[in-house]
Amino acid sequence: MGVGIQVENLNAWYGNTHTLQDINLHIPANHATALIGPSGCGKSTFVRCLNRMHETNPIARATGTIRMGDLDVYKDASPVEIRRRVGMVFQRPNPFPTMSIYDNVASGLKLNGFRNRRILDETVERSLKQAALWEEVKDDLKKKSGASLSGGQQQRMCIARALAVDPEVLLMDEPASALDPVSTSKIEDLIFQLKSQYTIVIVTHNMQQAARVAENTGFFLNGKLVEFDSTHKIFTNPRDKRTEDYITGRFG
Amino acid sequence: MSLTRMTTEREPGTPLTLPSLAPAQFAAPPGPEPVEAGPSPIREFLSKRGSGRFADSSFAAVMLVCALSIFAIVLFIFFILISRSKLSLTAFGWKFFTREAWDPVAGDFGALPFIFGTLASSFLALLMAVPLALGVAIFLTELCPRPLRAPISFLTELLAAIPSVVYGLWAVFVLVPIMRDNLGPFLYKTLGWTGFFEGSNFGVGLLTAGIILAIMILPIISSLTRDIMTAVPNSQREGVLALGATRWEMIRTGVLRNSRIGIVGAVMLGLGRALGETMAVTMVIGNHPNIGKSLFAPANTLASVIAGEFSEATGDLYLSALIEIGLALFLVTIVVNAIARLMVWAVTRGAPARVA
Repeated sequence: MGVGIQVENLNAWYGNTHTLQDINLHIPANHATALIGPSGCGKSTFVRCLNRMHETNPIARATGTIRMGDLDVYKDASPVEIRRRVGMVFQRPNPFPTMSIYDNVASGLKLNGFRNRRILDETVERSLKQAALWEEVKDDLKKKSGASLSGGQQQRMCIARALAVDPEVLLMDEPASALDPVSTSKIEDLIFQLKSQYTIVIVTHNMQQAARVAENTGFFLNGKLVEFDSTHKIFTNPRDKRTEDYITGRFG
Repeated sequence: MSLTRMTTEREPGTPLTLPSLAPAQFAAPPGPEPVEAGPSPIREFLSKRGSGRFADSSFAAVMLVCALSIFAIVLFIFFILISRSKLSLTAFGWKFFTREAWDPVAGDFGALPFIFGTLASSFLALLMAVPLALGVAIFLTELCPRPLRAPISFLTELLAAIPSVVYGLWAVFVLVPIMRDNLGPFLYKTLGWTGFFEGSNFGVGLLTAGIILAIMILPIISSLTRDIMTAVPNSQREGVLALGATRWEMIRTGVLRNSRIGIVGAVMLGLGRALGETMAVTMVIGNHPNIGKSLFAPANTLASVIAGEFSEATGDLYLSALIEIGLALFLVTIVVNAIARLMVWAVTRGAPARVA
């Protein structure tokens, strides 16, 4: 089951660039939340703060409070512990090329030292089914390299890889932007299916995509969260003039 | 406008409604009128250029000659080695490579002690240099604070630029006494029970040669390995980290695993240098044809026996035997490289190794 995320006064920097300024929002559990905004507006940085990926860059810094359920992300746990609970899917599919499909999906469990073969097998099958890839790959799970799949299949495999560790939150940083329309629609279907079980945060450049999959949408501009509301409200009756300009294509 | 997915079937003929919120325009508005313009100078210049067919084929031919010249050089060396060692080849046959004798006075020659010395000293060198080189490379690519990176890289590369005779001198005046007075007795005391540290220890011998070789191949292996690891895309590191990996797990799964073929290649280059290294080894290995278990015992390598005895080789058979030693070194190198290729092939059969 997913958990809700409460973000308070989040600020983030890359070197001297203040990429996120005083972000406050609540991401509800077991729903999909979309983040939109022009390139460089801070939405990726925001998502990378949620699993503390932001701080892997030596010049990056963040302050503020993020609560996931009862857990204070920046105080109560190490980044490693956070990332075991928060899965992430990246913009470009990043399969592990030296591993088979099976090992790719099982990699999160294996590197944490999980060795029970039966449960591994079950988890790989369950995750690949959740990612709607099982039927396409079940015959050469251990024969084919993860990198031999097509781009769309690779991305679904990466989703399966993230799901295999039973995360409570799934972060997706433009998961479909490198994919063709058919693969994109498969990924969207997936998000639609998965959001009942996980809290999903999806960054997207595609506003229709936000409208199709997410209950709530946040609009970022120049490092600030301009507006956060139900997707319906954002796309039909936005409060802020800048949001309206962006979604109607007048800038950005 | 509903926010759920549009799944209803559309009646043929009715206009298609897309789940887009801003009304989309499906035809581009007419642009500016086409402009009549004179011939452009760029067009004129490009149309005068040839088809490139001749240039391309002659380029390919030149490159082919370059590639073939490698074959020619290798074959030529092989041919010379065989023809100049005919005397010893006819006297001892292929048994030359398995005979232990090396008695120039009696005219009795065999390559085995030198093959042993070459393989043993190189193996020892790899045993010490590879873990150290991997450590250096991992530190430089993954852990090193940025300001330290350039100086450490520079120093490792400087190690590679020192001539081998200088290493030899350093070994004679520094390493040999340490070996004789400190390291040797210590090894005898702690690891003497293994049987690898028996007999009298004069400071020169197999182990000293191994250590000096290790120092010499360390920079090659570490700087190549560093370059390979730097080339691993960051998305691989982030992918592993996002699964909840610690730094070491990330390095193991995201970096080392992806660069293993390149690392084997780097080790092979280091091994190649160790097998052929002459000067420094000659100065510290003791130069005595000997096969034994003790690492303190003096030994000799294929390369250093040639260097040491070529100038004083009296008699045609002696000279011919030394050239056949050269042939043995040539073959040892080929065999070792072939084994390494096989190893790479065995490891990577399952999955292609290239990083996307």
